[in-house]
Amino acid sequence: MTEPILKVEDLRTQFFTSRGVVRAVDGVSFNVNPGETLAVVGESGCGKTITALSILRLVPEPGRIVSGRILFNGRNVVDMDGDEVRSYRGNDVAMIFQDPMTSLNPVTKVGAQIREAMTAHDRFTPTQASERVVPLLQRVRVPAAQTRVKDYPHQFSGGMRQRAMIAMGLSNEPSLLIADEPTTALDVTVQAQVIQLLKQLNRELGTAIILITHNTALVASMCERVVVMYAGRVVEEGPVDRIFSNPEHPYTWSLLRSVPRVDEARKGRLVSIRGMPPDLVRMPPGCKFHPRCMFKVDRCSRDEPELEDVGPGQRARCWVMMHTVSEETREDAQTSEMSFDVAADIKKRMRSDARP
Amino acid sequence: MRGALIPLRKRSGRGWTLGIYIARRLLWMVPVLLFVIFITFFLAHVAPGSPWDREGRQLSPAVINNLNLKYGLDRPIWTQFGIYLWNVIHFDFGDSYQHTGQSVNSLILDSWPYTFKLGAIAFVVILVFGVSLGVVAALRQNSIIDYAAVGLATVGASVPNFVVGIVLIIILSNFLYKATNETFFLPTGGYPQDFVHMIMPVATLSFLPIAYLARLTRSSTLDSLRQDFVRTAWAKGLKERFVVTRHVLKNSLIPVVTTAGPLFAGLITGSVIVETIFQVPGIGRAYVTSIEARDYPMILGTTVLYAGLVALLNLVVDVAYVFIDPRVRLD
Amino acid sequence: MAQAMVAQPADWEAQEQIGLWTDAWRRFRRNRLAVASLAVVVLMIVLAAIAPILQRLGVIADPTVQDVVNSYQSPAFGHHLLGTDDLGRDVLSKVLFGAQVSLSIGILVQVMVLFLGGGIGLVAGYFGGWIDNVLMRFTDIMYAFPDLLFVLIIVAALGPTYFNILFAIGFVAWVGLARLVRGQVLSIKEKEYVEAAHAAGTTPFKIIIKHLLPNALGPVIVTLTFGIPAAIFTEAVLDFLGVGLRPPQPSWGVMVFEGYAAVDAYAYLVIIPCVALSMTMLAFNFVGDGLRDALDPRMRR
Repeated sequence: MTEPILKVEDLRTQFFTSRGVVRAVDGVSFNVNPGETLAVVGESGCGKTITALSILRLVPEPGRIVSGRILFNGRNVVDMDGDEVRSYRGNDVAMIFQDPMTSLNPVTKVGAQIREAMTAHDRFTPTQASERVVPLLQRVRVPAAQTRVKDYPHQFSGGMRQRAMIAMGLSNEPSLLIADEPTTALDVTVQAQVIQLLKQLNRELGTAIILITHNTALVASMCERVVVMYAGRVVEEGPVDRIFSNPEHPYTWSLLRSVPRVDEARKGRLVSIRGMPPDLVRMPPGCKFHPRCMFKVDRCSRDEPELEDVGPGQRARCWVMMHTVSEETREDAQTSEMSFDVAADIKKRMRSDARP
Repeated sequence: MRGALIPLRKRSGRGWTLGIYIARRLLWMVPVLLFVIFITFFLAHVAPGSPWDREGRQLSPAVINNLNLKYGLDRPIWTQFGIYLWNVIHFDFGDSYQHTGQSVNSLILDSWPYTFKLGAIAFVVILVFGVSLGVVAALRQNSIIDYAAVGLATVGASVPNFVVGIVLIIILSNFLYKATNETFFLPTGGYPQDFVHMIMPVATLSFLPIAYLARLTRSSTLDSLRQDFVRTAWAKGLKERFVVTRHVLKNSLIPVVTTAGPLFAGLITGSVIVETIFQVPGIGRAYVTSIEARDYPMILGTTVLYAGLVALLNLVVDVAYVFIDPRVRLD
Repeated sequence: MAQAMVAQPADWEAQEQIGLWTDAWRRFRRNRLAVASLAVVVLMIVLAAIAPILQRLGVIADPTVQDVVNSYQSPAFGHHLLGTDDLGRDVLSKVLFGAQVSLSIGILVQVMVLFLGGGIGLVAGYFGGWIDNVLMRFTDIMYAFPDLLFVLIIVAALGPTYFNILFAIGFVAWVGLARLVRGQVLSIKEKEYVEAAHAAGTTPFKIIIKHLLPNALGPVIVTLTFGIPAAIFTEAVLDFLGVGLRPPQPSWGVMVFEGYAAVDAYAYLVIIPCVALSMTMLAFNFVGDGLRDALDPRMRR
C-alpha cells in the first residue's frame, strides 16, 4: 500500500481566551491517501474547520497548535519555518472556504486573483501563470471564461465564485485540496454541480480531497472514507459505505438518522440529537458525548473510550457500540424523543384514532 | 450579477456615464455657488457698521458720501446684487475697499500661493503620517505602537488646533529661543517661505487631521484584517507584504479616500486659524480681516473661491472613489 | 387563548428597548476612561454653575474687578491661585466664569441642533416629498461652505453677542444631525413592524415616538455628545480670532486672545485657558467614545 500523503498524528490545537483554554482539536489523528476523497463530518463547533486550518498552519489568534504532528509526505508541517510554510500553502496543500463572496478580494479582478495563486510560487513563470488562468476557469466550467477573467467577484454568481475558488485552489496542482463546507452558502441545485465538479477533478487530476461538511448526503455522493468528529475528537472513521450502513458510534448513528431519506419516508422518523454541543472549555467527564447519548451505560460517564477497530477499516470510540444495541431499544430511544418529534406524535394519534 | 451599467460595451459604457456624472455635478455647482453668493452678499451688507469706519479718526460725511457713490453703495440692495452678479459672470470681483485701487482678483492671486503651499504640504504630511500611523497600529495591534497611536490620536482629535499652535509657539519660541538664541523656528513677520519656517504652521494645521485619519485608517485596517479574503490570501501562500498591500490595504484604504472631502474642508477652516496665529498673508487671514473691515468685494471674492474649491474637491474625491472601488455605481 | 399567544408588537418592542438601555449603561460603566471623563464633565458643569455662588461666598474673586497694581502675578498658592491677568483680574475666577460661557454654549447649541435638526430630519424622512427634497438641497448648499467660515460671517452679520454666536453655531450644525436622523428614519420606515403599526391604524405621531425614536436615538446621542466639544471649539476660535465675544467678557477663547499679545513673557495667561479648553474637549470626546461603544448595536463582546 502506498504511503499516505497526509498523516495527522494526535493533533491538539487550543485557543487561549479570557474564559479559559478552548480545546478545539483534542487529539485528532487520521490519514489521507493519494487521490483519496475523505470526508470530515460533525456539527458546528466540533473542530473540523480548526483541524483543516491547523493543517495549513492558519489557526487564528488566540489559537495555537500545542502538540501533535502533521506529516505531509514525511515533513512535519508543525515544525516548518515561515518560508517553508509559505511554499507549502497553496502549492502542496490548497484550501477553499465556505463563503465564496467574502473569500474573494472584492476589489481585485478574479483572473488576477487566480494568477496570484500561481505567481506566489515558483512552479510557473508569470507568463505561464497568465496563460493558465483561462484554461483553469474553463476546466471548472465557468462559461465565457475569456471575458470573465476581467470581472470582479461581485459580478459572478455564487456558484461561479466557488468554481473560481476551486480553480484558484487547483492552480498549482496540489496533492491535496481541503474544501471547508464548499456548498453550504450555495443554492441546493448549485451544490450538486459543485460536488460533481469536485468529484470529476478528483478523478481527472488525482488530487486528494478532504471535504469538510455537516451534510451527510454530500458525503455519500462523493467520498470514499469518512471521519466523524465530536467535541474536538474523532469518534468514528472508516469507509463511507460501511459507516453509512453500520454506524457504530451513537453520534454517527444519530447524525445519519437525522437526515430524511426518500426511501424511508414511511418508516423512518426525523430524530434530532437532543442537547447542545459541549462547552469546549469545560467538558464533561468520561465520554464527551454521553450527556446527549441515548445508549449509554455507567462507564460512559467515568472513562473516556479509545478508538477501537470494529470492522474492516472502521474504528469507533465507544463503550457500547451500536451493533450491540437491539432494534427495539433503538425504536424506543427514538420514540422517547417525542417532544422534538412531531411526525411520531401524529402517527401515534392516527393510531389511536384508528382504534375501535 | 452584472450591474445595469454594463450591458454589452463594458468600457465605453462606464466612461460615458462618468462623463455625464461629472457634467451633472459641475452644472449643479452653479446654483449652489449662486446661493452661497446670495447669502454671503446679504449677510455682509446686513452686518452693522460700514466699510468706512476707521479706528481713531472718523471720515467726514462728505468723504463717506463720495465713497459710497464711487462704489455704488447708495443704490438699492437688489440693484447692487444684480450688478455684482453680472460682474461675477465676467470674473470681475471688483476692487477691495481696504486696499484701495487693488482689484480683488489681484489680491487673491497674491495671497493664494501662501495658502496653497501651506495646504498642499499639510495635505501630504497628513496623508503620509495619518495613514502610516493607522496602518502600523492596526498591523501591530495591542502593541506599544498601537496604544501610543490610539492615545495620540484621541488626544490630537480633541485639542483645538490653535492650542496646538500656541503650545508650539511657546515651546519653540520661548524655551528653545531662550536656550539656544536661535530664531530658527520663529515665523517672523513677512513670512519667509522656506522650509524651516513652514514647520510650525504645517504642524499646527496637520495635528488634528492626522489624529483623525490615523483613527480611521486603523479601524478600517483592523476591519479588513478580519475579512475572509485575507485568510484566502494567506492560504495561497502569499508573502506577508503582498497580503498586506494587495489585499488588506487595497480594501482598507477605500473608506479613507471618502474622508478626503471633509479633510479638505477642514484644511480650509484650519488655514484660517493658522494663518492668523502665524501671520501668514494667505487667503484665510484675508477672509477674517475683510469681514472685520466690511470689505464687501473681498469678502465675497474669498467666499466664492472657498465654496468653489470645496465643491470641486468634493467632486474630485467622488470621481476618484469610482475608480478605486469597482463595486461603486454612479447614480 | 389565541389572543394571549399573539404578542403585542409594540410592547414586546418596548421591552427590548429597555434591555438595550440598561445593557448600554452597563457597558458604558465598564469603560473606566469614559466614566472618569463623565465625572470630569459633571464636575466642570457643577463648578461653572455655582461660580456666581462661589463668588458671592467669597471663595473666588470677582472676575471683572481690576487691580492693576497686582497685574501679571504668576500663579501662587495664596491670594490668586492661578495668578492675575494684564489688568489684575483673578485668573481662576475668569476660568470658572469662562467655563459657564463655553459649557453653556456647547450644550445649548446641541439642544438647538437636537430640536431643529432632529425635528426637520424626522419630518423629512418620514413624510418625504418636497420637504425631503428641500432639506437635501439645503444640506448640499451648507456642505459647499466650510462650517467655521459660515459661522464667522453670520456672527459678523448679526453682531458678536452670546446669543448670536449660539444661534450661528447651531444654525450651521443642525444640518448634520438632520441628515443623520433622516437616514435613520428612512431605514426604519421600511421595517415590518412599522408597516404593521401603520396598518393597525396607529397615528404617525405615535409611530414616530414608539418605534422610530428608540432606534434612532443611539447615533443621535453620540452625535450630540461629540457636537458639544465641536461647538465649544468653534466658539473659542471665534473669540480667539477676535470676531466672537470681546473682552472683558470672561470666556476661555477671549482669555487666549487677551493673553496672546504677551505670550512671550507671560505664557501662563495663555496656557491656563488652553488647558481648560483641551481638558473639556478631551473629556467630552472620551465620553462620546464610550457612549458610541456602549450603544453599538453589534454587541460583539
